[in-house]
Amino acid sequence: MDFANFLIQLLNSVQYGLLLFMLAAGLTLIFGIMGVVNLAHGSFYMLGAYLAYSLSGLFGSFTLAIIGGAILSVIFGLILERILFRYFYHRDHLDQVLLTFGLIYIFEESRSLLWGDDVHGVAIPALLNGSITLTENQSYPVYRLFMMGVCVLLAIGLYLLINKTRLGMKIRAGAFNRDMTESLGINIKLIHAVVFAIGVALATTAGMIASPISSVYPNMGSQVLIMCFVVVVIGGIGSVRGALIAALLVGLVDTFGKVLLPQVAGMLVYMLMAAVLLWKPEGLFKQ
Amino acid sequence: MSAPQSHLETLPRGIQIVLALGVIALAVFPFVGTDFYQQMVTRMMILAIFAMSLDLLQGVTGLVSLGHAAYFGVAGYTLAFLTPEGEAVSLWWTLPVAVLAAGAAALVIGFFVVRTKGIYFIMVTMAFAQMVFYLFFDNRVLGGSDGIYINFKPDAGLFDLENKKVFYYFTLFCLLAVYFFLRRLLWSPFGRALAGIRVNEHRMRAVGFGSFSYKLTAFTLAGALAGLAGYLWGAQTGFVNPELMGFHQSAHVIMMIILGGMGNFAGAIVGAFAFEFMLELFKDLPSIGGFNVGKHWQMWMGLFIVLVICFAPRGLLGLLQKLMHRKGAGNE
Repeated sequence: MDFANFLIQLLNSVQYGLLLFMLAAGLTLIFGIMGVVNLAHGSFYMLGAYLAYSLSGLFGSFTLAIIGGAILSVIFGLILERILFRYFYHRDHLDQVLLTFGLIYIFEESRSLLWGDDVHGVAIPALLNGSITLTENQSYPVYRLFMMGVCVLLAIGLYLLINKTRLGMKIRAGAFNRDMTESLGINIKLIHAVVFAIGVALATTAGMIASPISSVYPNMGSQVLIMCFVVVVIGGIGSVRGALIAALLVGLVDTFGKVLLPQVAGMLVYMLMAAVLLWKPEGLFKQ
Repeated sequence: MSAPQSHLETLPRGIQIVLALGVIALAVFPFVGTDFYQQMVTRMMILAIFAMSLDLLQGVTGLVSLGHAAYFGVAGYTLAFLTPEGEAVSLWWTLPVAVLAAGAAALVIGFFVVRTKGIYFIMVTMAFAQMVFYLFFDNRVLGGSDGIYINFKPDAGLFDLENKKVFYYFTLFCLLAVYFFLRRLLWSPFGRALAGIRVNEHRMRAVGFGSFSYKLTAFTLAGALAGLAGYLWGAQTGFVNPELMGFHQSAHVIMMIILGGMGNFAGAIVGAFAFEFMLELFKDLPSIGGFNVGKHWQMWMGLFIVLVICFAPRGLLGLLQKLMHRKGAGNE
């Protein structure tokens, strides 16, 4: 493997890792703060991709589609939290698993009714459609660099929101001691609704920005959900920092595994998870 | 957070009588039901064995596995690999081999997963099951995404499994054998230790039970029994594909146990029958005004699951018990 090729694979693995992080961050936040395990998180990713497909057709602009899609998914998250998830924060994990499994069926079938079962493509916006030449016959698409940029910006934004703002302080306080926070006059229900909506919006945004390169197809949420679970287990549930490191690790192992050891590539990520479990059963960064 | 929900470990007399009547109904069914329904009930009984095997983990030990279908599938595939293209293979050695293969898979995966607790356990069992899924899905040698046909049912020598009625009774025999084995196990010292782990694992460790080996044994045993169900499934349908070990299948079997009620194995049987019945019902819904309602069965099944979880999280037996309890309280 020459240097240019190595660089391409490295960039691909970072890009994949960052995308996984956006999904896993939402999953781990929702679990860490509200104690809900959400199998339907992959469906939000799928929803994002379909929103990007529809809205970019409607607005004729990919940027507008992403902004519109993000607003719609925040509203969707708030409604979903209000009518359903709110009542499951203190329920058994078993109930949460089955509730969100039922939701996967409902979301998949709604998708089938609204958009049909065909595979769709989303055009890369003209501005980002170029590629950077590395050697004579190797180049790297600008859009993938753009994806990384968006993910990094959102990751920084999330870090600042949680660690540096008043809202973040309340979120952390609520996760640490719910009753105490509530008795200090903080509206914990509102905080939970906001966190849930952020988690949903992160997942749909990941789906939206991934849609031009991954295309838009039924059941696209399932595989990504499993990878998110692996990331969250490796990183430690509830830890956003752990999710970032684990996502990058999974991205590296998956991408380089496919290049170097294609026969067992599918298994490598799970072997990584098994190794981490032997070493630290509660993940690398247990909160 | 894995608090016990409904644990009718001892079944009230009324429920025992209903179950006995159910067994009689199953025994006479092939003489009254049509061929189609006989096949369907055979399938339900196989799924009931599968659900009981998971109940040992979920209801008794308090371990919610979201990857139990993997062991079901491994045994089905074992039968598929062992059956030659042109002739039948003996039941008497392939069944033990398939069950052992499923048990071995559960032992290896269990070695990693039983270290984890609660939510980790759910996610890790699911992830490892998906690993097995993709192993079979991605490799052409193992059948790939299309799966493998099993052209002949296993040859039992003494009786002919190609005869659907014989197969039905063989499945019923397996169902009863597994039920009585697990009921016996539930009240054995081993079963009591598992129940103790569910209620308070710390205390069990404090009084000297190595919970790791108990949980690993339960996980392996549950995997092996799921293998028995998977073997029967492969033999009945004559076909195995990766879907058998997918996470939808794993979630369905959890739902069966919830529907019936956890921790007593009878609930798992009732739940498996009820769930499979609902599934058939939703898939057979007629078209209304050009809109094919049955094609969208996932919508109805999804809504059904959500409604059950919201309003009857303790299942059918739990509901029944609540009604009986209310009646009993009214009489006093």
